[in-house]
Amino acid sequence: MDPVAGHRDRAGDAEDVREIIQVIAEHNGCGTSVDRGETACGSRAAQSDLPSAIWQKVKSHPCYSQEAHHHYARMHVAVAPACNMQCNYCNRKYDCANESRPGVTSEKLVPEQALKKTLAVASAIPQLSVLGIAGPGDPLANPEKTFRTFELVAKAAPDIKLCLSTNGLALPDHVDTIARLDIDHVTITINMIDPEVGRKIYPWIFYRHKRYAGLEAAKILSRRQLQGLEMLTERGILCKVNSVMIPGINDQHLVDVNKAVKSRGAFLHNIMPLISSPEHGTVFGLSGQRGPTAQELTALQDACQGNMNMMRHCRQCRADAVGLLGDDRSAEFTIERIMAMDIKYNFESRQAYRTKVERERAAQAAAEQEELSSLASETSDIKPRVAVATKGAGLINEHFGHAKEFQVYELSTSGARVLGARRIDHYCKGGYGEERSLESIIRTINDCHAVFVAKIGGRPRSELLKAGIEVVDQYAYDFMGKSMIAWFKSYLDKVESGEHRHLQRGAGDIQQRALNSAA
Amino acid sequence: MPFKIISSQCTGCSACEMECPNAAISEKNGTFAIDAKKCTECIGHFDEPQCVAACPVDNTCVIDTSLARYKASA
Ligand code: SF4
Ligand code: SF4
Ligand code: SF4
Repeated sequence: MDPVAGHRDRAGDAEDVREIIQVIAEHNGCGTSVDRGETACGSRAAQSDLPSAIWQKVKSHPCYSQEAHHHYARMHVAVAPACNMQCNYCNRKYDCANESRPGVTSEKLVPEQALKKTLAVASAIPQLSVLGIAGPGDPLANPEKTFRTFELVAKAAPDIKLCLSTNGLALPDHVDTIARLDIDHVTITINMIDPEVGRKIYPWIFYRHKRYAGLEAAKILSRRQLQGLEMLTERGILCKVNSVMIPGINDQHLVDVNKAVKSRGAFLHNIMPLISSPEHGTVFGLSGQRGPTAQELTALQDACQGNMNMMRHCRQCRADAVGLLGDDRSAEFTIERIMAMDIKYNFESRQAYRTKVERERAAQAAAEQEELSSLASETSDIKPRVAVATKGAGLINEHFGHAKEFQVYELSTSGARVLGARRIDHYCKGGYGEERSLESIIRTINDCHAVFVAKIGGRPRSELLKAGIEVVDQYAYDFMGKSMIAWFKSYLDKVESGEHRHLQRGAGDIQQRALNSAA
Repeated sequence: MPFKIISSQCTGCSACEMECPNAAISEKNGTFAIDAKKCTECIGHFDEPQCVAACPVDNTCVIDTSLARYKASA
């Protein structure tokens, strides 16, 4: 690779991309636009809504497009153990809490093992489209291992997109390498732009051979993060910003963070809930700092939505996550198993899979559009929420008792707007006969008026009904989008005829455990 | 006096290994250890011992006070 040519290319693109990012920012997803009667979409970009250069970049990235995440898979390789700072929500015995749930540990790999793992997964899971490095520490605090891994993978599997997550402290030093290696996306975790807020989140940083604490640390960090973001967007590299919402510390402040990152060209802003409990052994966990409720999180995301695309389906996955979002298969790909595997990387069959998926996605979008057009004459302020049990592919194809998570949508006459994915602690372990687990599932989706499933047992069905949540199984294995709109139509009819009374429901819970229990 | 790592507290993150100006630190069974012969306390390189400044676990990279005794008996 010629670094100079690569660099020049990127610089040439910069102008266009900045323009495109502007358009996306103006396009501004939903929230406010629902009220203006425009199409709802969240981060759920559809081809017609986005300029083609951006669409090409995000269409098969499960983390960047709400819709793509039903069809494509990503994997992380844990090649970066060291970190260069301390966050109060992180216990460094475990993986980086910016990128995964607290309390999980990944199997550390050297770059050569990471390459083999990537090829093994790509061969077994044709949906795999993205390789990310997100930890277990900070990838840019381990630049050799991180970039060596990317180099190896780019050579062996050029159809896999590369992405990187960082706390941003070392970012400005590595922007040129990121551009040269053609890394598609970078995620920066930015929790504050005001050092007074920052000092409550970061006890110290290690920067240029020195340890800094307090206000000084937060000042340096914030300057480096914003500078890194600017440098990346100048070079036309897509940037997503992650923020951890910490009630009482940065919750209100994140609206300002949102403006600051938008003005510097960030493409998506993902606000994640603080996950905090004493057994994680983090400063916040031990001090009893609470995380936000689903309601508070949605309200903040809505407050920011007017400004730019928000991402609402983030799962806070592990640094060694493998597979479709919400369906972690990392346990199948341990070092021991990979090293024993005989891997054939089949480029053609992977391409064939993608062609098929693109056709399927077009069919689903058309079906939803058609259903939606029959709603065009309706006017109603009613916006019920629904939870969907899905294994992916855009279908209602999961059994209630097996669901590890539910996709939550808000329905209105302008369509289905994604509110996020809600994890379930307990899924049919000893059967959901256990009172407590069923109860906690219901609490998780307690803000929903209905739950869409492929199948459901008798007891959960009656408990859900008792809790006032309608069980919808007549659309089993059908397209999600189309089915939700069809159900919404009949719901509106029932409310209009007086058969059903529409009520606002309470708050949903955010569950505090890691999705994958392999740790 | 050189530094040592209290291995029961080490997370194995390798941050110290990358920062040591004397390549005195290496991995041993998942945690890290300092080669006392190579450690110079970073004197002449940096103002603060790099392993101490980079380590996420307080009081894990510490001055090895047992060493003088060790030398005496050797
Ligand atoms: S950046 Fe990540 S690994 Fe480093 S302290 Fe923060 S949460 Fe932990
Ligand atoms: S004090 Fe300095 S020289 Fe000694 S082990 Fe630590 S980093 Fe290396
Ligand atoms: S920095 Fe601390 S925790 Fe990390 S490897 Fe070195 S001694 Fe162990």
